[in-house]
Amino acid sequence: MATFDVDSFEDWKPSDFPQGFVCPEAGNSVKYKTGGWRSRRPIWDPEACKNCMLCWVYCPDASIQVKDGAMTGIDLDHCKGCGVCVSECRFGALKMITESEAKEA
Amino acid sequence: MSSEAFSATGNQMVADAFRQADPDVMAAYPITPQTTIVENYAKFVANGQVHTEFVTVESEHSAMSACIGASAAGGRVATATSSQGLALMWEELHIAAGMRCPIVMANANRAISAPINIHGDHSDIMGTRDTGWIILFAETAQEAYDNSIIAFKVAEDPRVLLPVMTTLDGFVTTHAMDRCVLEDDQTVAKFIGQYHPLYPLLDTDHPVAQGMFANLGNSFMKAKLQVRRTIEGSLDVIKEAGQSWSDICGRPFDIVDSWGTEDADYLIVALGSMAGNARHTARMLRAEGKKVGVVRPRVFRPFPAKEIAQACSHAKRIAVFDRSDSLGAQFAPLGAEVATSLYNEGLSIPVSNYVVGLGGADVTIDEIKSVYSDLADGTGSGTISYLGIQE
Repeated sequence: MATFDVDSFEDWKPSDFPQGFVCPEAGNSVKYKTGGWRSRRPIWDPEACKNCMLCWVYCPDASIQVKDGAMTGIDLDHCKGCGVCVSECRFGALKMITESEAKEA
Repeated sequence: MSSEAFSATGNQMVADAFRQADPDVMAAYPITPQTTIVENYAKFVANGQVHTEFVTVESEHSAMSACIGASAAGGRVATATSSQGLALMWEELHIAAGMRCPIVMANANRAISAPINIHGDHSDIMGTRDTGWIILFAETAQEAYDNSIIAFKVAEDPRVLLPVMTTLDGFVTTHAMDRCVLEDDQTVAKFIGQYHPLYPLLDTDHPVAQGMFANLGNSFMKAKLQVRRTIEGSLDVIKEAGQSWSDICGRPFDIVDSWGTEDADYLIVALGSMAGNARHTARMLRAEGKKVGVVRPRVFRPFPAKEIAQACSHAKRIAVFDRSDSLGAQFAPLGAEVATSLYNEGLSIPVSNYVVGLGGADVTIDEIKSVYSDLADGTGSGTISYLGIQE
């Protein structure tokens, strides 16, 4: 199978695209940083967190970072700021602040 | 090695061509006058004559969706439909071409409602002419067989990888008995060869994503342009495949079948089964010393513009028969294509466009004679009229 430099696809000529507009590089959506869409962001309080993983279950963008069964943080490169994690948290360990508040902090 | 000649319908011949191609998957839904293609094929499946996974679906929308899925997975895929069924597939037809799924589909050309009419014309197929599918027209049951075999060869060619419609006229070709021969199974299998899909989803060692988003910048335009250039280029592949099939079976394959065009003053251009009537009438008129001819494109997409212009280049006047109309347009689909082809080749030959045979109406010898006589009188150029209908 031919190899493609997907990162430079905007410079490709029509004939350079894989036939059928196939994406020949699996799992590359991680390169698309959707965090820039956000107007508000979740703030995590590790002290209050019980690692129940409800936020991890509900997050539509796989942005709750977990290691060895415990939450380690939030992937702000991809979190779109929907607030579902805050809405689901039973322990007050997550809250939303605006991006401008985050900048001031 | 050909079989002895025997009597068969076009639908039987298409079913046999599909049996010999032995697709991995067929997903189809019945509709008159396509039904007996799939009915015959279902028997081949039940009798173990093919290894095809036959998917019974709840509509043509689902049939084409299942075909696209199977093709994206890497299988050889075939189906068949007609009329309202083809119309219901319309959105998937674009997807099949855009995703470069080399599906082969037979279409029993039929009228589109309303009013309801189950008979043959080209209204259904012309509604798909901008989808990116290669479209072949058969004049006879034998040609429906030959075109269907060539269809697999062309669709799966690495230079093409586009879906192909192999079409035959409802009832006139799908159901009428015709003299036919079959090539033997090994000959066909060897001619079509193995299909090597480029990006099969089932190749888990090389994972890809199909059906991508192209919503930013100009990548959508680039993707469409790639398909345009590919379907244009497919004409050479169709010629090549048609010629090698012709070498095997001994029957001619011409992109544009020309009769009497070397010295004819007046030409009729027609698609599919009615070209036989036109040729028969032209022979009668030739016997009376009239210089008339018939031009029949066997391929409608990609449109063989240069070949059409060449076949028409000596004519004084041309009548184009369309078995469908493009309501509100200057000319019906074939008329517009022929006029544009002549214009682009710098030929200024007057063209009149006749809408004929809608909903299975006969295109009679007397009517065809009246058109040749209109051409000789110089009446009707640049106009569109419904043949045989008084306003």
